[in-house]
Amino acid sequence: MSDVYILGVDMIKFGRFPDRTVPSLGAEAALLALDDAGLTIQDMEALYCGNLGQSSGMVGQRILQEIGQTGMPVVNCANACATGATAFREAWTSIKAGLYDVVLAVGVEQMGKGLLGGTGAGKGIPKEGLLGSGTMPAVFAEAGMEHARKYGTTFEQFAKISVKNHHHSTMNPKAMYQIETPLEDVMNAEMISYPNSKLMCSVNVDGSAAAVLVSEKKAKELGMERVVKVKASILSSDPYQERDLVMPDVNTCTRKAAKEAYEMAGVGPEDIDLVELHDCFATAEMLHYENLGLCKDGDAGRMIDEGEVALGGRVPVNVSGGLLSKGHPLGATGIANIYEVSTHLRGEAGERQVEGAKLGLTHVIGLGSACGIHILEKVN
Amino acid sequence: MPLPVVDYLKLPEDGDPYLEGHKCSSCNSIFIGERSVCSSCSSRDTMETITLGNKGKLYSYSIVFRSFPGIDVPYISAIVDLDDGGTLKGNLIDCDPDPEKIKFDMPVEVVFDDALGRKDAEGNSYISYFFKPVN
Repeated sequence: MSDVYILGVDMIKFGRFPDRTVPSLGAEAALLALDDAGLTIQDMEALYCGNLGQSSGMVGQRILQEIGQTGMPVVNCANACATGATAFREAWTSIKAGLYDVVLAVGVEQMGKGLLGGTGAGKGIPKEGLLGSGTMPAVFAEAGMEHARKYGTTFEQFAKISVKNHHHSTMNPKAMYQIETPLEDVMNAEMISYPNSKLMCSVNVDGSAAAVLVSEKKAKELGMERVVKVKASILSSDPYQERDLVMPDVNTCTRKAAKEAYEMAGVGPEDIDLVELHDCFATAEMLHYENLGLCKDGDAGRMIDEGEVALGGRVPVNVSGGLLSKGHPLGATGIANIYEVSTHLRGEAGERQVEGAKLGLTHVIGLGSACGIHILEKVN
Repeated sequence: MPLPVVDYLKLPEDGDPYLEGHKCSSCNSIFIGERSVCSSCSSRDTMETITLGNKGKLYSYSIVFRSFPGIDVPYISAIVDLDDGGTLKGNLIDCDPDPEKIKFDMPVEVVFDDALGRKDAEGNSYISYFFKPVN
């Protein structure tokens, strides 16, 4: 099976674009990634498109109707917040299978404002606020409080994660926000669902990201100068856990995917130079330091306290600003974090560059649940 | 006659309300809601209907300060492990919405009461379940 390389990858600056359409946002990222690869849509053999909000709306085809209807096969996919990573992985799989040598993956989302989730009404009366809460900030607060019960993790430690990611985003011109948020601001912000204050919740934004994936043969033909190698691509679903029905489990599927990804790449967590992980809430990021093996169980609070996960630390996490400050356009997120890691491996991340980065990991969680992990390697 | 808020809340005519669970006789996993196949061990036709206990311990929680329009806040969204097996989510009542007052593993009981005055489109009222600290 051929190795798979990223030849071109890019994202639009995340923001709020209510006057745009989903296909136009996706088309913009597609053209950026094609330009980065030095190719055109005419060169693509297939398109894998990830979008959640219009998952029955043939978004991939509508992107081609904006930038070039070549007749290539299009696969539209939806997998909650793992949608973008799933589209990327489908593209990777097609090259692995030997079907194609050059394919395009696009992730795109247009979001409203406000709370996501909630306990559906179903029949009868609404259950939200009656049988607990199904809102995303509450669900991830409960997951964070499970960590607190095991290890004594504090509200302040969770809040520090948000301080770190907002600080990182001041160096990322493509992030939604570039605003320093000191600890007291984070802790005193409106409490949404304890222990997640408003500044500890990801930002609902519009955005898109895209990547051109190629086979080794094609990479050698087109030039290896800026390619990034995909060392591992893993997708998992949630294995049975006893509290599944009331407490969506983001831990077990991440641990399973991480183990498989490290095995596929032939590396260990100690080899990873930077990580973009799914900080949909500050409480979630804390869990994934341990789930991804960046530290031993129970050590996540110390990692944030001692700055090991900040830019300049042992293993910087979410130097893009993460979902907390770069923003979280659901279907785009999984490819946007691949853009971020690739940019560091290419040595093109400017002020926020992780010096000497050779190996990076991306992670997303789609609640329900899906976990997508990619391990990327610097080539030149 | 008030209706049960969920299918697994049972209101017998001649007895106290209770919650119903389903247990796999092959691997002993307990589920809330009816099913014919066990999602833990994949066994078929091994599900047995059981009555869930009404005593448990607080496993995790969040204090919800912002919810959807019309929902009273703050309230405590609680995850409770029942002593006899099974895990439920619901509102923890009769407890200050203050992290200092909420202790992991605090004993709670399942109580049944009117569903916060909520009625459906036909005007029916409902009985729901809640968790209440046991002193």
